[in-house]
Amino acid sequence: MTDWQPVIGLEVHVQLSTRTKLFCDCANAFGTLANSNTCPICAGHPGVLPVPNEQALLLGVRAALALGCDVQPFSKFDRKHYFYPDLPKGYQISQYDLPFALNGSVDLGDGRRIDLERIHWEEDAGKSTHEAGYSLVDLNRCGVPLIEIVGKPNLHSPADAHAFLDSLKRTLRYATVSTCDMEKGSLRCDANVSLRRTSDAPLGTKVEIKNVNSFKMVERALDFELARQAAILDSGATVAQETRLWDEARGETRSMRSKEEAMDYRYFPEPDIPPIELATSTIDAQRELVAESWQTRRHRYESAGLTAYDASVLTAEPDIADYFEATWQACDDAKQAANWTQTDVLRAAGERGVGIAELRVRPNTLAEIIGLVQSGLINFAGARKVFNRILDANDGPCETPAEAVVALGVAQISDPHLLEPIVREVMGACEKAVADYRKGKTKALDALKGRIMGKTKGRADPAVVGEILTRLLSP
Amino acid sequence: MSLPRSARALTEAAATGEISPLDIVEGVLARIEASDGEIGAFLEVRAEEARAHARRLEASKDRGPLFGVPFAIKDNLQLAGWPITCASRILEGHRAAYSATAVQRLVDAGAIPIGRCNMDEFGFGSSTEHSAFGITRNPWNTDRIPGGSSGGSAAAVASGMVPLALGTDTGGSIRQPAALCGVTGLKPTYGRVSRFGLIAFGSSLDQIGPIARSAEDCALALSVIAGHDPRDATSLPETFATSDRDLAGLRVGVAELPASASPAASIQARVAEAIDTMSSLGAEVRPVALPHAEHAIAAYYLVATSEASSNLSRFDGIRYGNRVPATDLRTHYIETRSAGFGEEAKRRILLGGFALSSGYYDAYYKKALQVRTLIRRDFEAAFADVDVIVGPTTPLAAFTIGDSIDDPLSLWLCDLLTTPANLAGIPAVSIPCGFDDDGMPVGLQLQGPALGDAKLLAAATTFQRATTFHDQRPGAS
Repeated sequence: MTDWQPVIGLEVHVQLSTRTKLFCDCANAFGTLANSNTCPICAGHPGVLPVPNEQALLLGVRAALALGCDVQPFSKFDRKHYFYPDLPKGYQISQYDLPFALNGSVDLGDGRRIDLERIHWEEDAGKSTHEAGYSLVDLNRCGVPLIEIVGKPNLHSPADAHAFLDSLKRTLRYATVSTCDMEKGSLRCDANVSLRRTSDAPLGTKVEIKNVNSFKMVERALDFELARQAAILDSGATVAQETRLWDEARGETRSMRSKEEAMDYRYFPEPDIPPIELATSTIDAQRELVAESWQTRRHRYESAGLTAYDASVLTAEPDIADYFEATWQACDDAKQAANWTQTDVLRAAGERGVGIAELRVRPNTLAEIIGLVQSGLINFAGARKVFNRILDANDGPCETPAEAVVALGVAQISDPHLLEPIVREVMGACEKAVADYRKGKTKALDALKGRIMGKTKGRADPAVVGEILTRLLSP
Repeated sequence: MSLPRSARALTEAAATGEISPLDIVEGVLARIEASDGEIGAFLEVRAEEARAHARRLEASKDRGPLFGVPFAIKDNLQLAGWPITCASRILEGHRAAYSATAVQRLVDAGAIPIGRCNMDEFGFGSSTEHSAFGITRNPWNTDRIPGGSSGGSAAAVASGMVPLALGTDTGGSIRQPAALCGVTGLKPTYGRVSRFGLIAFGSSLDQIGPIARSAEDCALALSVIAGHDPRDATSLPETFATSDRDLAGLRVGVAELPASASPAASIQARVAEAIDTMSSLGAEVRPVALPHAEHAIAAYYLVATSEASSNLSRFDGIRYGNRVPATDLRTHYIETRSAGFGEEAKRRILLGGFALSSGYYDAYYKKALQVRTLIRRDFEAAFADVDVIVGPTTPLAAFTIGDSIDDPLSLWLCDLLTTPANLAGIPAVSIPCGFDDDGMPVGLQLQGPALGDAKLLAAATTFQRATTFHDQRPGAS
């Protein structure tokens, strides 16, 4: 296997987050009863006509701009023909020789860029489920707007393919064009794979792998396929040009159709839709809607003193980055904003199964809590109680963090005159710890601190307690 | 009771209360009862619905521009709840889930749908012999074909059963049967009338249009069905307004006809007489050149069949229509489509699929599109010099039933004079201009520049005010 250089190209289908489908007024929605979200148009009744959804076209343009593509002022739709029960018209409306976007690239995040060939609009097909002896067809997905992003075969390892998809997903989520949720099918991937002897050797025979539906599957499927092809080539045989299906259950690819059985899609220009002409002003308006890229944000976070790891976690999703940035701006403490966002905030969203943007604690509320800690009014343990109280408050007028501090009684005790008697009492009760400390076991201090915090129900100012302890314990 | 024959006279009489919509419907149903057994224009007459519709109209206060006008619908246009077959077995039993925009606009204007008209299967033919549900006969001579593919619609109007019918025209399917049946038929500018709800044959060529007893009635119907439709991305934004310009000073072009379309002598004679009439009415007749017209048939049959092969892909028996049970998917498609489509449909699906297939696309479909551009430019150049171009609609009058059915190529050649207008997207109307030696009607075609529908119909109306050909009726009916 080390003798061969893998050559991988990915074709990625992304569902656009529009209100309605590409050519009709049906909702672009998931999880409805089979065939309930259909109309004569997306169900391919006789006599219907497709009228392109402007929002879908514009989201596609925005995605292309986020990927640095050249958006074409003139493009057209074509029909791609094949017979299948979940393709009700017997053809898919797609773009063939004049796609709306060319070139562009995906930034792997480590300085490498993978060039793109093109991006085009097309409609999704329905879904077939095969049971023993019969097949079920659900047309709800028919006509959902897609963009197909075709990458050049410039990837050379399954890990790079994973990085490509991860970066692509972040970019498209930042551009708010798609949820890019592979598990829900809003991002789907086909891979073209071949091997060659050296990096300047001509390309080997390629195999297309379909049905890779999660990030994990992509790497597994590529690993399997590369090993399969290497074994064939090592034995002196040749790889057959074909389309193979990834079987996740068996962890293998298997042949779907050979080159000889390749389909002739009989493409021709869609006569029901006039060519799409995009004005420069239309394209520019979308350009303005492309948010700062995740890569740029990551660099900015690192410049603000965050670790590369923190910066990466915070830029994984635009919602997370937005939340962090708003908190940071309001409290002026990047490190604290980052810590809170990565721990309590993400955990709270995860536990509740909601998006971070839906949490009841908004970034300026969190910034106020951080401010209360900074000013010494509460300690971290108290801050966490305040955070959780506001998080779980019922609907109605929101308590401010300051009000929550009063209601919870978590205001910090920082007055040494109040704390010293408690410290003395604990020292008296824990003679062994005191003795241990004086013998040089500095860890014994933590036990004493813990007892003091317990006595004050967590309200003692840890710094002041530390000072008093050190003073009283010193010989 | 004797009903007025024209749509305009009918609606005027209905609007003033002189005659009720129900009386009109009863009159029409009686005529159909008397004539259609022999003619076979209708696949289905929906008598009870028509009566109910008339009663609702009487009760309503609305007096639309077609109030009380009964109309027939070619069976490739949808009306919600009605069966629709395109005269094909493959759609037998299917009911429309929604209404075509053009049909709905007629209904909204107060017109009353009467029934579904016979046609060549999916529009594939010029004789209405390629219907899966039987032939239609020409009212002027029941041994003859009515033309096609809108043969049922033309025969229904020609026999006086209805004053108005909707047809569709992909390569002459309104004008040719109108010519052969001695009535007036208009193919509007491409995009004038929404195609939403028309079961597509050749999407870039198809237009819905009226067949009526006069150009004036066609203009009335067009004023109702024309106009932008947000559900058809190819429908034009321009509104349609009728014109009353007469022939005085109108520049009328006459083109030399391609050799392969040399019309019968009596047709040439009638057309020459019609041009003389126009001249005497003040038109300025001059020659025009359409040098690429002879390639129209080749280009047309490649574009039309390619698009048809694609459009008919959806008829697979999965969701609607006839299905032949099979144990695997491939057999399902083969059996269902083999049983459902007639010979002519199969011929065109195969031809179109071949023209679009990999390796042949450039030589056929793409080449045809190039020829199409040349034909369009011919017309643009010609219309710089003339306002309308006139000539025969067809090279031959209606032939005897069964005569040509085994010779598809000679049938296709009959479309040579009508297909250029579809390829160029321009409006064209066929009006009666006399009879051949056998007493069969002869049609005069007037073609105009894109969006020139109103001027075209005004010229035809002026001609009809000075002549009586359009008032002639077959037999004594």
